[in-house]
Amino acid sequence: MKAVIRAPVVFFQLFYQSVYLALGQIWTNKTRSILTTIGIVIGVASITSVIAALTGLKANVLRDFESLGTNKIFIIPHRPREGRFKNASWRIIRFLPKQFEGLLERCPSIEDYTMMTDRSQSVQYGAHSIEGARVYGINPSWHRVENRSVVMGRPFTLIDEENGWQVCLINPNVRDELRLDYDCIGKRIVVGRRSFRIVGVVEKRVESSMFGGMGSSEEVFIPFPTAWKLWNPWIYVIASCRKPELSEEAQAELRFFLRQARRLEPGDPDTFRMEVVEEYLKTFNRMALAITAVAGGVVGISLLVGGVGIMNIMLVSVSERTREIGLRKAVGAKKSAILTQFLIEAIVLCFFGGLVGVGIGQLLTLAISGTTSVLEKMYIPAWAILLSFIFAGSVGIFFGMFPAIKAARLNPIEALRHE
Amino acid sequence: MAEKAEKSIIRLKSVTKIYKVGVESIHALDGIDLQLCENEYVAVMGPSGSGKSTLMNVLGCLDRASSGYYELDGQDTTKMSDAALARVRNERIGFVFQSFELLGRLSALKNVEMPLIYSRNGWWARRKRAKKALERVKLADRIKHKPNQLSGGEKQRVAIARALVCNPSILLADEPTGNLDSKTSEGILELFDQLHREGQTIIIVTHEEHVARHANRIIHMRDGQIYSDLPREQDPACKTTIRNDVQGDLP
Repeated sequence: MKAVIRAPVVFFQLFYQSVYLALGQIWTNKTRSILTTIGIVIGVASITSVIAALTGLKANVLRDFESLGTNKIFIIPHRPREGRFKNASWRIIRFLPKQFEGLLERCPSIEDYTMMTDRSQSVQYGAHSIEGARVYGINPSWHRVENRSVVMGRPFTLIDEENGWQVCLINPNVRDELRLDYDCIGKRIVVGRRSFRIVGVVEKRVESSMFGGMGSSEEVFIPFPTAWKLWNPWIYVIASCRKPELSEEAQAELRFFLRQARRLEPGDPDTFRMEVVEEYLKTFNRMALAITAVAGGVVGISLLVGGVGIMNIMLVSVSERTREIGLRKAVGAKKSAILTQFLIEAIVLCFFGGLVGVGIGQLLTLAISGTTSVLEKMYIPAWAILLSFIFAGSVGIFFGMFPAIKAARLNPIEALRHE
Repeated sequence: MAEKAEKSIIRLKSVTKIYKVGVESIHALDGIDLQLCENEYVAVMGPSGSGKSTLMNVLGCLDRASSGYYELDGQDTTKMSDAALARVRNERIGFVFQSFELLGRLSALKNVEMPLIYSRNGWWARRKRAKKALERVKLADRIKHKPNQLSGGEKQRVAIARALVCNPSILLADEPTGNLDSKTSEGILELFDQLHREGQTIIIVTHEEHVARHANRIIHMRDGQIYSDLPREQDPACKTTIRNDVQGDLP
């Protein structure tokens, strides 16, 4: 019974003693230890900072997607790669406004939708002009779908839509750029070559660091029927479902509805596609995984190189301390004790490398996060640190095993005679 | 040979050790019969190549005999596993080497503690026993010193303390004074005498007669065989060199 309790105690003592000896050994050979562990240090530092960057990026992306709205569904014309429409002209593929008539009645999960079109146009007021302002054709429901309201003046009305009047909403950036008065309602601006009357000002878009460059920050909105009449453009639809959980259902309803509206026969592939923010998120996650895998590969090579370094130095250590091993065996060290000692030394060396690596990774993280706003949220998650240590430890065990076995197998008589 | 009625510690029966060098086999030990009792002080002498080192290794369980029977403390060691032999070395045998074999980066105390790491001893017990062993060799004031801060004699005393710390059945000393000057040697040999008086069984391998003279039984080896095994008083080498041992030490 006593032996049962004592065995782990003895093991712990051996372990503690080995760690102590290993630290002493590392301390005596400082330069050598540092040079040896550089591979591990670089590997761990790079993997932790890559993970930190991805974590930061993800936090940012999540926030941005949330600002975009998680219950929105984008519906875009799409030419299928096969089937009847493989070589169809884009005239057939594109959406027509009449195809969306009755959508709300037929798709109960959809709360609202807006037909949209957009193009880049120059906008002018008096002597001031903006090149490349984004001009959107929208339905009045757009305000609800996008959750952006009119802060001054009025939204479009049914009358605007019915008559296709040349009225517009602008955002504050346009007002500023064109040096319009704060109360600019009723002023006429030139969009393209046509004159539009400003009826309202729309609140600014929530700026996202990721998609800031996606569109111009100067936005002009005109009624969708007006845009249709003037440009006969490509159109797309943004729908919002009642709840984010209903997204799948809403997509199914939309698909059924659109297939009917566009007269697709059974077996025809869809001539449109739907995108939801969640999909983007999934795409991002796949991308992040790919980056992690590539980085992991690079780090794997670095750890391999580091491990070979560790093995080399452990072999040197074993041959330098042959007499010590002989002595230890002579005073009663079993093979397992010698094996443990050298294995632990390799592991301690690797852990030491891992520790320095995480430290450098942390410094890198701080340095990088300061440079761009996209990565400002980056940090090293706890699991990455844990993973680094597990990896470093495994490298220690794997590459330390051979020298340790070599040490354990030494013949004590020959070892003691070794010069 | 002086048979004593005491408990025998070591019993060897026709022990051989054969090394194979290429096609040739060398009989390092060629049929050794030996019996050692408790509290004996034995010196093993012989020219180099006589097999005394091999005998030492076999007695110390560092090496296995090729054939024959070796009993230590009533236990047959010939059929033991490596791990069991390691344990025997740890608990029953204390080694003292010519070149001390201290670990330079450890203090005297840590060096003495080392064998106890490999046996079942708690941290506190280890310290206590190591301190006691150092007191036995009169180095209680040097426990914190590293080997490079100690003189040769002190180093060998630390090594002896390390050999004694597990209370071994036998103390095996291989040329313990080989690296020391004559005055220091005398000190070490006096220490052996004292340990012997305290009841320690000692085997000392040497080729110096004045060292062997401290033992009360002297074994001469030649060509892997025991050539003579006599009490000190009857040993011819001791008789003849008793007067000129001082000159013998001079270079």
